[in-house]
Amino acid sequence: MSTPLLQQVIDRSAPIDDASPADLDVNFGLLDEYSKREIRRAILTAVAVPGYQVPFGSREMPVARGWGSGGLQISLAVVGPDDVVKVIDQGDDEGVNAVNLRRLIVSSTGIPESTTPEDSTLIQTRHRIPEDPLDERHTLILQVPVPEPLRGVERDMRELARMHAEADYARMWVSLYEDKVRNGVITRTTGYPCLVHGRYVIATTPIPRWDVPRLHQSRFLSLFGAGREKRIYAVPPHTDVEPLTFEDVPFEVEITPGAQCRSCGSSESFLVEVPATAAEGGGHWVCSDSDWCRRNRQRQHPSNGVEP
Amino acid sequence: MNNDWALKVASLGKIHGITDLRALEDTGPDIGTAKSALTGSIVAAWDVGFEVAPGEALGVIGESGSGKSTVMRCIAGDQSSTAGEVYLRSVDNGRTNVLDLDPSSRRRLRVADLAVVYQDPAEGLRLNVTAGGNIAEALTAAGWRHFGRIRDRAAELLERTEVPLSRMDDLVGTFSGGMRQRVQLAKALANEPPVVLLDEPTTGLDASVAAGVLDLIRNLLEETGVAAVVVSHDFAVIEMLTTRCVVMNHGRIVEAGLTDRLLEDPHHPYSQRLVGAARA
Repeated sequence: MSTPLLQQVIDRSAPIDDASPADLDVNFGLLDEYSKREIRRAILTAVAVPGYQVPFGSREMPVARGWGSGGLQISLAVVGPDDVVKVIDQGDDEGVNAVNLRRLIVSSTGIPESTTPEDSTLIQTRHRIPEDPLDERHTLILQVPVPEPLRGVERDMRELARMHAEADYARMWVSLYEDKVRNGVITRTTGYPCLVHGRYVIATTPIPRWDVPRLHQSRFLSLFGAGREKRIYAVPPHTDVEPLTFEDVPFEVEITPGAQCRSCGSSESFLVEVPATAAEGGGHWVCSDSDWCRRNRQRQHPSNGVEP
Repeated sequence: MNNDWALKVASLGKIHGITDLRALEDTGPDIGTAKSALTGSIVAAWDVGFEVAPGEALGVIGESGSGKSTVMRCIAGDQSSTAGEVYLRSVDNGRTNVLDLDPSSRRRLRVADLAVVYQDPAEGLRLNVTAGGNIAEALTAAGWRHFGRIRDRAAELLERTEVPLSRMDDLVGTFSGGMRQRVQLAKALANEPPVVLLDEPTTGLDASVAAGVLDLIRNLLEETGVAAVVVSHDFAVIEMLTTRCVVMNHGRIVEAGLTDRLLEDPHHPYSQRLVGAARA
């Protein structure tokens, strides 16, 4: 447990394969215990001060920064032997990035993996919250590219720190005002700014507006990790998450009237458009959450629903 | 002077460099310098005091380097002061020295208690934001959250400061100097602050535009009943806007009185030179 990670990595020149975890001589969860402690401390602070961005010593990871290294560090710092991990990228368990991250977590811990939220305890995600309702058993870990909600209106880090410290969010409101003036509607989609626990504004990045209401008074813990920007923040269970919205301009989620998933027929889930191609012709819509879509088809056609 | 003031400044002072009060002895109008030969410090302002009543405009006049902008920035909170007291009637009914407030509370005064109009509109405005957005910043800082009402209020303010409503949704950076200054006025007045500080509000504008902006400021001061401090090196501005003024030289007030009297009959040699130069 206490051998430095670097030495372990040097000793293991062979690439990680699908060997059973017992064969691996890396530490449980890849990170050394000192790194885990550092990250856990940051997480505890983040949970104690909902929405506050806690700086932490972001480690070099076996994925490039900006490719989920923040979420990965949180996952590996909180994972225990009894956990079951699910990793999604854009709602899809089979995305290249999701597969690689899941393989890394599983191979360095030996814990089981799953695609259904029902069976999972740790859900690492980029861009989505699973369609299924999550509860106390779940910890949602989000990979965050840009943790600073005010980055678009101010670049000076000291000024940003001051604005957060004094809850001075007037310029965030101005950016929403300008958006509405220029476009007639609020066009901001992913990373919609939300006020957490009536105090800090966070970037709910990078989930779509569709998922934002599900963070409000949620039963699960959400941890946001930005590896490149070295920040961790959290939304604890049963915490207010209010999207910044003018009183006379209601908050709306993305809905395209009439759109239906081509695979399962759902119009109740978050749909993404598949553009038209020369081979297949006109564009269509499919569920973003591929696992939910699969189970939805299964419910409708129990005999053949298992096919992709 | 009676008790009916909106802004009261007492013994305000700012020393750049080491804070050694011996510097006061070899600086000032009588010595003819603001830099102390003894300590090397610069006494930018010392023992500055005045009161401004609601609806009254007080002028602060002097040549560049005389400390008038320092005084304004110390009141506004843009600069820390070395000594002195500043009271606002709207803060704790004038019993709290706002210089003693922590920086965060101090900045909060700028939302609705104290507005500043700078010589350079870029200091008071965001040039990459629309005119309406700039006013929205002041309103949302004061807690406005209703888009329609923010729009209406911004339009009303721009109308009052004579900015064409057709330009409301254009970036301030595309505006002329005179129009930027009008937007800055609109933003400053957005939350109806009881005190407004104007730092060389028309310097840098050409004569005809400056006359228009001056006219506007005078009307606004009359209509709104705010207490105003007008800092300027230009007697024409002081004469037009203020009833009382103080003359500053090398960081000290050398003369104070009614503006008319001061222009007709300046007592202090420096005031006489200043008026003489303006009349020439």
